[in-house]
Amino acid sequence: MRLPEARGDLSAAVIEALMSGRFEVARLPEVTDPLADEDLQLALAVCYELHYSGFDGVDDRWEWHPGLLALRGEIEYVFETALRQLTGPQPAVGAAEIPAALTALTAEQDGPSLARYIQSNATIEQFREFVVHRSLYQLKEADPHTFAIPRLTGRAKAALIEIQIDEYGSGRLARMHAELFRTTMGCLGLNTAYGAYLDRLPAVTLAVTNMLSMFALHRRLRGALVGQLAAFEMSSSLPNSRYGNGLRRLGGDEHATLFYDEHVEADAVHEQIAAHDMCGSLVAEHPELAADVLFGAAASEALGGRASAHLLDSWAAGRSSLREVSGQGRPAQTDQLAGVAS
Amino acid sequence: MTDQHRPAATITPYEDGPLLLRGDFEIVTPDGERIEPGRPTVALCRCGRSRVKPFCDGTHKLIDFHAPAGRQNSRLDPETD
Ligand code: FES
Ligand SMILES: [Fe+2]
Ligand SMILES: [Fe+2]
Repeated sequence: MRLPEARGDLSAAVIEALMSGRFEVARLPEVTDPLADEDLQLALAVCYELHYSGFDGVDDRWEWHPGLLALRGEIEYVFETALRQLTGPQPAVGAAEIPAALTALTAEQDGPSLARYIQSNATIEQFREFVVHRSLYQLKEADPHTFAIPRLTGRAKAALIEIQIDEYGSGRLARMHAELFRTTMGCLGLNTAYGAYLDRLPAVTLAVTNMLSMFALHRRLRGALVGQLAAFEMSSSLPNSRYGNGLRRLGGDEHATLFYDEHVEADAVHEQIAAHDMCGSLVAEHPELAADVLFGAAASEALGGRASAHLLDSWAAGRSSLREVSGQGRPAQTDQLAGVAS
Repeated sequence: MTDQHRPAATITPYEDGPLLLRGDFEIVTPDGERIEPGRPTVALCRCGRSRVKPFCDGTHKLIDFHAPAGRQNSRLDPETD
């Protein structure tokens, strides 16, 4: 994928380093809300993408550049601190209570819901925006959680594998969930290249994938990673049936809606395995990870909620929920959205 | 028990949720028509309210469904008479 446009001094320093090959130590700016700071979240997203697909024309060795990793560590400290403040302290419950605690954290809330809005009210343009927001994660769906495999043992590991086998379509490309999402994007006339819309994603959206990557790349945070996965699985079946219904209402055929329809049934399976067999077993073996399992789930719900609220608020105000691309200095690569006929 | 003596398939009730079916199984209608499971492990609805029966779609969470992970034993419960 291509390097994005900078959104401030910090992201500019990171992107400059990757382009020029010379790293100059950057200072972390004071930020009021790290979870919604465009500059900080983009800088972090760029650091993390080096661990997945990398960037066109950028030396792959930047992935382990000590100076860049030190800077990333400073950003992560700020990010993790803000996440823990947002979610508050979590109780160190016993293994037997983990599934119920996860269920409580992920229960459907009353009040405005993105899934209900999309089911009944969203326009095709709004549905496309929703898909664009999700694309940075869904086109690499399940990959962050694969980092947990070598860090788990026993029943928790077996449970994660049972989930991942399904996420990766039992090894059949056409059934891989990321590929189903690619098909949905294609049906909507969107650019299916990984990272094509990075410039258009606001910080609140980047924060969700950055959270996954932070949990994934630190063994210390493996409890949070599996708790986060459990939260994804446990708040998936019902919303996905609404997203699928919304897309059908807008004229999507069975290929377009397959990603959502598949997740209704798949995640009804995964949520049981995730809560009981994966998180429950992990905490039975490592009681000291209980609070982090719940932290991961709470953080996932909180950031997911903030991202969803951004979409609903933007649309209520008659605005796009995506960032404008200035196009300055860099040819606009991501403007397909505007060009698609409804 | 060695692997050779393992049953081909297992059914596991999950507390307040579906039955997970794993292993070498086939789901068929009374007429013998195959219902595609779509995945190696499936969740069978036991709350009665799924919209994709026989599979679970998570609806059990909206209806305060309760059932134990083990065997229920309320046959002598006067409330049910
Ligand atoms: S058991 Fe899940 S919907 Fe019935
Ligand atoms: Fe999935
Ligand atoms: Fe899943």
